Amino acid sequence: MTLLVVAGLNKRFGGVAAARDVSFTLAAGEMLAIIGPNGAGKSTTFNMVGGQLKPDSGTVALDGRSIAGLPARAIWKAGVGRTFQVAQTFVSMTVAENVQMALLSHHDRSRHLFADARALYRGEALDLLAGVGMRADAERPVSELAYGDVKRVELAVALASRPKLLLMDEPTAGMAPRERSGLMALTAEVARTRGIGVLYTEHDMEAVFAHADRVLVLVRGEIIAAGTPEEIRANPRVKQVYLGEAGTEAAMRARRKAVA
Amino acid sequence: MSTRDETFRPLSRRSVLGGLAAAPLGLAASRAVAQGAGPIRIGELNSYGRMAAFAVPYRNAMQLAQDAVNKAGGIKALGGRPIEIVFRDDGSTPGDATRVAEELLTRENVAFLCGTFLSNVGLAVADFANQRKALFLATEPLTDALTMGSGNRYTFRVRPNTYMQTRMLVDAVKDRGVKRWAIVAPNYEYGQSAAANFKRLMAAAVPGFEVVGEQFPALGKVDAGATVGALSQMKADGLFNVLFGADLTAFVREGNTRGLFEKRTVASLLTGEPEYMIPLGDETPEGWVTTGYPWETIDTNGHKEFVAAYRARFNDTPRLGSLLGYVVVHMIRDMLEKAKSTDTEAMIAALEGLTSQTIAGPVTMRALDHQSTLGAWIGETALNGRQGTMKKVRYADGADYMFPEAEVKAARKA
Amino acid sequence: MDPSFLVLQALSGLASASSLFVIASGLTIVFGVTRIVNFAHGSFYMLGAYIAVTLVPRLLDLSYSPAAFFLGVLLSALLVGLIGVAVEVLLLRRIYRVPELFQLLATFGVVLIVEDLVLKIWGPVDIAGPRAPSLRHGVEILGQRFPAYELVLIAVGPLVLGLLWLLMHRTRFGVLIRAATQDREMVGALGVNQARLFTLTLFLGASLAGLGGALQIPRIPANGHMDLSVITDAFVVTVIGGMGSVPGAFVAALLIGQLQAFGILIFPKVTLVLVFALMAVVLVVKPWGLFGRPEAASGRVMPPEGIPSLRRFRPAEAALAGLAVLALLAVPLFGDAYKVKVATEILIFALAAFSLQFLIGVGGLVSFGHAAYFGLGAYAAGLLVTGPFKAPMELALVAAPLAAGAGAALFGYFIVRLSGIYLAMLTLAFGQIVYAVCFQWVEVTGGDNGVVGVWPSSWASGRTTYFYLVAALSLTAIVLLRRVIYAPFGYTLRAARDSATRAEAIGLDVRTHRWLGFILAGAAAGLAGGLYAFMKGSIDPTLTGIPLSIDFLVMVLVGGIQTVMGPLVGAAFFHALKDAVMPLTEFWRLLLGLAIIATVLAFPRGLAGAAEALRGRVAAPKPVEASA
Repeated sequence: MTLLVVAGLNKRFGGVAAARDVSFTLAAGEMLAIIGPNGAGKSTTFNMVGGQLKPDSGTVALDGRSIAGLPARAIWKAGVGRTFQVAQTFVSMTVAENVQMALLSHHDRSRHLFADARALYRGEALDLLAGVGMRADAERPVSELAYGDVKRVELAVALASRPKLLLMDEPTAGMAPRERSGLMALTAEVARTRGIGVLYTEHDMEAVFAHADRVLVLVRGEIIAAGTPEEIRANPRVKQVYLGEAGTEAAMRARRKAVA
Repeated sequence: MSTRDETFRPLSRRSVLGGLAAAPLGLAASRAVAQGAGPIRIGELNSYGRMAAFAVPYRNAMQLAQDAVNKAGGIKALGGRPIEIVFRDDGSTPGDATRVAEELLTRENVAFLCGTFLSNVGLAVADFANQRKALFLATEPLTDALTMGSGNRYTFRVRPNTYMQTRMLVDAVKDRGVKRWAIVAPNYEYGQSAAANFKRLMAAAVPGFEVVGEQFPALGKVDAGATVGALSQMKADGLFNVLFGADLTAFVREGNTRGLFEKRTVASLLTGEPEYMIPLGDETPEGWVTTGYPWETIDTNGHKEFVAAYRARFNDTPRLGSLLGYVVVHMIRDMLEKAKSTDTEAMIAALEGLTSQTIAGPVTMRALDHQSTLGAWIGETALNGRQGTMKKVRYADGADYMFPEAEVKAARKA
Repeated sequence: MDPSFLVLQALSGLASASSLFVIASGLTIVFGVTRIVNFAHGSFYMLGAYIAVTLVPRLLDLSYSPAAFFLGVLLSALLVGLIGVAVEVLLLRRIYRVPELFQLLATFGVVLIVEDLVLKIWGPVDIAGPRAPSLRHGVEILGQRFPAYELVLIAVGPLVLGLLWLLMHRTRFGVLIRAATQDREMVGALGVNQARLFTLTLFLGASLAGLGGALQIPRIPANGHMDLSVITDAFVVTVIGGMGSVPGAFVAALLIGQLQAFGILIFPKVTLVLVFALMAVVLVVKPWGLFGRPEAASGRVMPPEGIPSLRRFRPAEAALAGLAVLALLAVPLFGDAYKVKVATEILIFALAAFSLQFLIGVGGLVSFGHAAYFGLGAYAAGLLVTGPFKAPMELALVAAPLAAGAGAALFGYFIVRLSGIYLAMLTLAFGQIVYAVCFQWVEVTGGDNGVVGVWPSSWASGRTTYFYLVAALSLTAIVLLRRVIYAPFGYTLRAARDSATRAEAIGLDVRTHRWLGFILAGAAAGLAGGLYAFMKGSIDPTLTGIPLSIDFLVMVLVGGIQTVMGPLVGAAFFHALKDAVMPLTEFWRLLLGLAIIATVLAFPRGLAGAAEALRGRVAAPKPVEASA
């Protein structure tokens, strides 16, 4: 079942085209990675889907409903959770409170004036944290966590609204290698068991080739290739402009590891 | 300014204890009792910091007069008790001033309040005095409201108010045959009410009187070039000016350069007061009709001695504030001699209709509106070397320029 | 209208614009490099004028010539530059890392100190400076006379702009200034001696302010009110132009100069409002001013300035708070009438400060015009009971928070669209608009006289009764507001402060929520204002002015911006201190300024914050480093 249909997205900054006629689809339960060199337009594309940027033209449809150009909060309400390249959390709150905030919003109680916020949806928040392996850290201030753990909390926050689609902008950036594969494996499992579509960008080729069902390659704002990891790896144009020999080797290694 | 420091003393233990003893209710009575021995304490609050150019010469003269009164044997009707003025900064805001007034009454145990310079501070303290049933002698505020719409039976004012000073000017220019007038005034209550008074009085006094334009620059922020330009454009024959202080200096310089005042009759409020004239220096325009205080030309009874004593003690020339301070203390002395008590009601009864012989001449406190008949000197500005002065001076007795009784009754009834 | 008149009026506008630009360019450069909004810039301007009226006549005695005059002006500017260096080395250098609110307050402390020092050194009388030799006359233009000196001023603006351009593009120092303005982190990374760069920048900025002041002496007498009268205009110019942009300041100064020159012809009474209205309009349309750019997003996540984390009262603290409230409530039993009055004021200011803390500490919205809402409440209450309605006190006390809330809704609608320093500047602008309306609209507000006779209903008119009425309302409002902080509403406000991006991404409507928070805080301040009006018996424009806004900020700062209840301690401490110091000396502004600076330097987290740190329970917050 097709969850997300993106068609003909364009965005220019001044004279530079950051996205040119970007089109792709994503099915429920599918993991789709966008790769490309720095400045290729990955984040731009991403932010247009997530509502942080308004596209100049083009359409984005979630479950048949157009969401292009809506504000981020409306897109979230339509069923899109997201994480950011630089983790965005509420640094003055505890781990549990961060997740509770998302739940408060999900249940539309963010303007309640007198209830005790800490008691609301606490059980639900702890369950979500358990799902990402952070239950034990629930009472710690999120500002004290290691960066990898912050990313896990962000994932729990993103999942709090039971989204249909998860957007993850460089989910493993800034993490130690071991944490990376752990987070990606967790994400893949969640996606498949709950039927959530995951769109993510990645620099780390291991994270791409080990977990993606399909890969889009973006160069200078344009999609130059799309397909399964195998197809992408075999695509000579991708090899030439982006992956290079070293990249190809890393991809091979990752695949072997995943198969084993 | 050498005496500035000695006038501020920390709270004394005695006064704190005295204040503690005074229960919130029945304060007026307990004040009179607590005043039974020692000096008669008077609470004086003013903007000594922010408005030092006016308030410090005023305070100097008050000290001079206080010493003179005490040297002459204090208040004879009260067994020769001396007077002691307790000076406090009023913070230049009504909020601070009413708190300071409360402190003076409760802790310093003063018999009554006097002072204030800014009109809003004066009005707030007056209303506070009314609420607390304490006497308040407003010395410097100019606003008409203090003795008119917002007047109350506990508040008396010494300085000639905006209306009186405007009326003196109107009196001086009404026969000059000038009908087309432009007005420039700072944009706040004083400026607006002076302008309104001027229009009303001139319309009554001069047939065919006409205001061809008005400018109301923001107080303290006059854009002199643009304002003078706009006024020149109005092609008026007369100009009524209410600007003062730094605004006035800027305005005069710009106007001099651009010839705004040439071949025009200018009537200007307060410009002859030394406070405003000294900064004008050699740029003082000539021939403006103005109210003021040309101290060097005044030879009423005791005035020359006052000037000599003032200059000797403070090494400075007196300002209008000095005259006021000196006159006020003598009015206070006369009031206490007549009241023979520091009871508020007795003091009010004594003050109403009281006539004092002051260095400015006889001054009566009119019972009807609690406005004193202290006048002002009216004349024309002139240059004397590099300093401004006034010529063709005459003393305009305030008694001739008071608000008509009917107007007072109508205003104070509300 | 006569065309020659229009030309002359435009020339007048150009002369004002030129003067304004010289001053504002210094402010904008200092902000660009140091990111400090320097209130003391107005003080530098005033010092320039005072030094010039002292120095220039001496030089003219030696040689009565234009050269001597302008030499004196330049020397004055350089001397002020050195004073700027002293301020940088002694104060600013120590506070580059503290939150911007504290920097603003510290520079305001400098304003207070300089004001009293000027009074002490030069005395209270305005000092008119000499006119420039050979430039005393008027020049005939289209049949009308125009001051020759103002023609010189018109030329000075573009001249300074040109020199600054050369400096910025042809010298290493200038290039560094531009680099730092664009990206402060980068300059640090380049290994530039930042301390020296900042010192030189302050020298340049203060010199420009001093030059602005010295150039005015033939027009305006040096006086003790020059500082604050120019600083608001300079802020307006800098903000409209875009903070940090010198050409922007030039364009903005031109705009304002002409607006003033021609505005007074059409609206002779509303000039004070015009400039702030222009600023508000520009910020609404272009949130970073005409030539400004949003702060470059750095890869650094800074912890927010306000309350870092909420915790409940520990039992001991709850007991302590309870005791403090009981002690306060017992004041009428053992204190005299004056003590009761001071205690009443403290309760009212505590509510006002707490409502400000709700905005700043919880919402991250730094308001520099909070007194506007306090004042709106006071005016609504005061005008209701004294005006044609003659409403009773009870109704007026209901109306006070409603009116202030309505005002906060109107202004807040625009304010919450901005962020950071622009937001603070817009709150200042709206505060000034409220002040100007109260000050100048005499028919309705009574102008600066205000309105008297605002006394409580007879049942509440007893001092003690009124004290308990204030205590009941203030404490209830504080408890409720505190409750809101711990409720989803407060959490959401704090979430938006911590990360607006994250908040939006979980479906929170950040802007609307901030707006609601702004209204709530405004209404609470309005209630405090209403209570204040009935205690003082009068209302007047000082209840809406910048000094009172600053007082509220100082209370929050002194109490501790990172604590929930600290501002209450701050209100009590600050007010008691002011009350104790004011009777002792008329130089209390100097002491107040020193106290503010000492607090910023020694207790950047305030009294309550210091107490917490003493217990060692709060780990020092460090910037969370997040590599991208």
